[in-house]
Amino acid sequence: MAHTLTVNGTSHQVDLPAEVPLLWVLRDALNLTGTKYGCGVAACGACTVQIGGEAVRSCQVALADVWDEVTTIEGLGTPEALHRLQQAWIDHQVAQCGYCQSGQIMQAAALLAQVPSPTDAEIDDAMAGNLCRCGTYPRIRAAIRAAAQTQEG
Amino acid sequence: MASIGKIARRTFLFGAVAVAGGAAFGAWYVSRPLANPLRPGAGETAMNAFVVIGEDGVTLVAPRAEMGQGVQTTWAALLAEELDVAWEDVRVIHGPPATAYYNTVLGKEAVAGSGYDTSALAHNFGELVGKAGRFFDLQVTGGSTSMKDGYERLRITGAATREALKQVAARRLGIAVPQLTTENGQVIAADGRALPYAALAAAAGGIETPEIVLRPRSEWKYLGTSLPRIDMVAKCTGTAEFAIDVRLEGMRFAAVRRAPHRGGMHDFDSRAAERMPGVEKIVDLGDGIAVIATNTWLAQRAADAVEIRWQGASGYPSTTEAMFEAMAEAFDGEVDSTLRDDGQTDTVNGYLEVSAEYRVPFVAHAPMEPMTAAALIDAEGLKIWAGSQAPLFAARACAEAAGVSDDRVQFTTTYMGGAFGRRGELDFAVIATRIARAVPGTPVQVTWSREEDMTHDFYRPGAIARLRGGIAGGKAVMFDAQVSAPSVTRQVMRRWMGTAPSRPDGIIVEGLADQPYRIPNYRVRGYAADIQPPLGYWRSVGHSHNGFFHESFIDEMANAAGADPLDFRMRLTREEWEPAYGVLEAVREMSDWDGARPEGTGRGVALCYSYGTPVAVVLEVADREGRVALTRAWVAADPGVALDPRNIEAQLTGGLAFGLSAAIGEEITFARGIVQQRNFPDYEPLRITAMPEVSVRLLERQARIGGIGEVAVPPAAPALANALFDLTGERLRTLPLRHRVDFVT
Ligand code: FES
Ligand code: FES
Repeated sequence: MAHTLTVNGTSHQVDLPAEVPLLWVLRDALNLTGTKYGCGVAACGACTVQIGGEAVRSCQVALADVWDEVTTIEGLGTPEALHRLQQAWIDHQVAQCGYCQSGQIMQAAALLAQVPSPTDAEIDDAMAGNLCRCGTYPRIRAAIRAAAQTQEG
Repeated sequence: MASIGKIARRTFLFGAVAVAGGAAFGAWYVSRPLANPLRPGAGETAMNAFVVIGEDGVTLVAPRAEMGQGVQTTWAALLAEELDVAWEDVRVIHGPPATAYYNTVLGKEAVAGSGYDTSALAHNFGELVGKAGRFFDLQVTGGSTSMKDGYERLRITGAATREALKQVAARRLGIAVPQLTTENGQVIAADGRALPYAALAAAAGGIETPEIVLRPRSEWKYLGTSLPRIDMVAKCTGTAEFAIDVRLEGMRFAAVRRAPHRGGMHDFDSRAAERMPGVEKIVDLGDGIAVIATNTWLAQRAADAVEIRWQGASGYPSTTEAMFEAMAEAFDGEVDSTLRDDGQTDTVNGYLEVSAEYRVPFVAHAPMEPMTAAALIDAEGLKIWAGSQAPLFAARACAEAAGVSDDRVQFTTTYMGGAFGRRGELDFAVIATRIARAVPGTPVQVTWSREEDMTHDFYRPGAIARLRGGIAGGKAVMFDAQVSAPSVTRQVMRRWMGTAPSRPDGIIVEGLADQPYRIPNYRVRGYAADIQPPLGYWRSVGHSHNGFFHESFIDEMANAAGADPLDFRMRLTREEWEPAYGVLEAVREMSDWDGARPEGTGRGVALCYSYGTPVAVVLEVADREGRVALTRAWVAADPGVALDPRNIEAQLTGGLAFGLSAAIGEEITFARGIVQQRNFPDYEPLRITAMPEVSVRLLERQARIGGIGEVAVPPAAPALANALFDLTGERLRTLPLRHRVDFVT
């Protein structure tokens, strides 16, 4: 049965079983490959997207259960029109292999939307579910702090 | 624009095809010029294997795997520095697998040997490639060799290209070469006339260039400064293409399930799986199955639904305990290597003797992107997209699996979502090829589940160290190390080249015999346990365990001597090697080692010399109501020349995190031959909440350029164990430390 899904402002008809996780709908049916697979069990955060502005692990949300509009890294900003968090990530040269960074940025964007100037502890708490095997954590912290300041200023 | 698809089309992987200027610019060759693998399109000229000039600009080929270390940015900068092209305008691609891109360090250093700097890894390569005549097949990203490899070779290539272009311009303009300068991709005459490189390139082939004089450092524009990484914007916008992201017209998606005990498969029943939605085909892999479906998740679910009866034995002891018993027994057998034997180590006349046994577990690579590759077999041959640290070996293995000749393979090396050594293996590309073979004409993307990735890794082996030390007059005067582990090298070489080196395997003891400490009585012996669990190179390889053994034990000796652990090390390095003393001095100052320490904190120091670079780390831990937090870390390294300081800082920080992650929490265990850890909940890497703040300082006192990508891994574990000793008074000699310490996670 076809499901209707709005991703990054565009409506899609998806003909996949209801239980297919949103992650695999995005990646394999809609070719939105910026959202990554890392574990499939909510343990790594690589698949983080926003549904209705809330950061969620897309590997855990079945297609039929998507309750609101979906924003992926491709919808947050583009190389030509960067979101300020992406700009902060580039300014701080955060990414190493880069594989986890879509999820990191989507998680951080949800944090700043809710807590405009988070403390260091709030940053660590919010980002605790996002693994980075390359160890970019110090620069993730620095980029979030910097983006929080540009938001305020 | 020169894309890999265009310029590498119909590339002969191993044929000898002369291309414009190929030999003339090959100033780096060792014994013969190698075929230029680039086949440029109309209007483009491959100046040599690294530079393509076309109407619309300059494309630099940086044929090393970009797995997060920033190698392509720095390799491009090395070329651009002498070529005089604007950094913002160059394009950088990985290029095809080709012998022209062999790793000169892994090959040459190995054969020639070079004193302080000869790594055991290079040594093993040298022995084998020399024998097998496969010197030029070493297009390998690993061993922290890329900067040593590219530092002169790429600048010479850039300079030779520039000089050839100037000669063409001189002829055209009727002006002598010395009257010409180059800038922003143009040759410029004193009278202001300018010719773009694109207008000169086609005529530049075959020109003999004079002796090249490389520019002094004072004239560098790009090197020595922090450049924005060429892959950064793509990686922050979800637009970088990893192997898992390759999407082709009509593509199908596959999942694999292979024997968990690495034995064989008796039979399988796939009737239920075949009826599941989206499933198109079940493929018999011999030692497991693959499911091809319209969606990766549907394929994974169906693969789990196939009923499989496994059979056969693992080919290695079935439990972790049995493997460690074999390692312990190996100490009683024949010595595999004695890399150093100075003075008198058997007796300890008049010394204060210290002895201890240490252990580390098996660990997994677990890169964030699990193993994946895409493949298509059609009338033209095999096309494969994979993140490979050894693309020549992988391309050959895939050609064989596809049943096509080498020259009909088009191998595209993508960005890698982490590698750490895992992507030097050939299995994931070969399996994708075999699956593609079942559906000719249809491209297939094969993604391993995390569970499949973790249980079918090639692990860093467990290891046991037996250490003895002697102290007199407050100084270390004797050090005697024995390490037992199964041989990684013999396995990897067999998989890469079909033949294994003879003994010894220096990797087992690497980082023990060549530490920059002056200790007169010094012996290092290795023992190769004769067991064959699946093993592979893991970031910093033998150093990853020997750094922990050596630097924890040096701390034990300092403690026995009643000395400050940093003083103790500075005394041992001062006369031996100044750069090592220098990094210790740096962390002493950075961490205010001699200042007041906050209540409830502990500090540990470690110094490790690996891949040509000495690295010192001071780590601070703090008691948080009975749990231990890692609060701050100070790192000093001396790579000789810091080509891109900000990127080096990232690598040192990341290496430290990787080492701490393993030290605190990572452990692979076997039961019935099956790896027990299946996903991140059972194999927990370091999270942001446990990461200390890190300060890095770079020194440039040593004469040679050293490696960076791995060098901060070895000192991480001992710095932590030493800090815990400082905090609690308890010496921890077995990793992972979480078995004994409750860490803030
Ligand atoms: S893939 Fe969803 S949390 Fe790891
Ligand atoms: S940048 Fe590689 S996993 Fe985070």
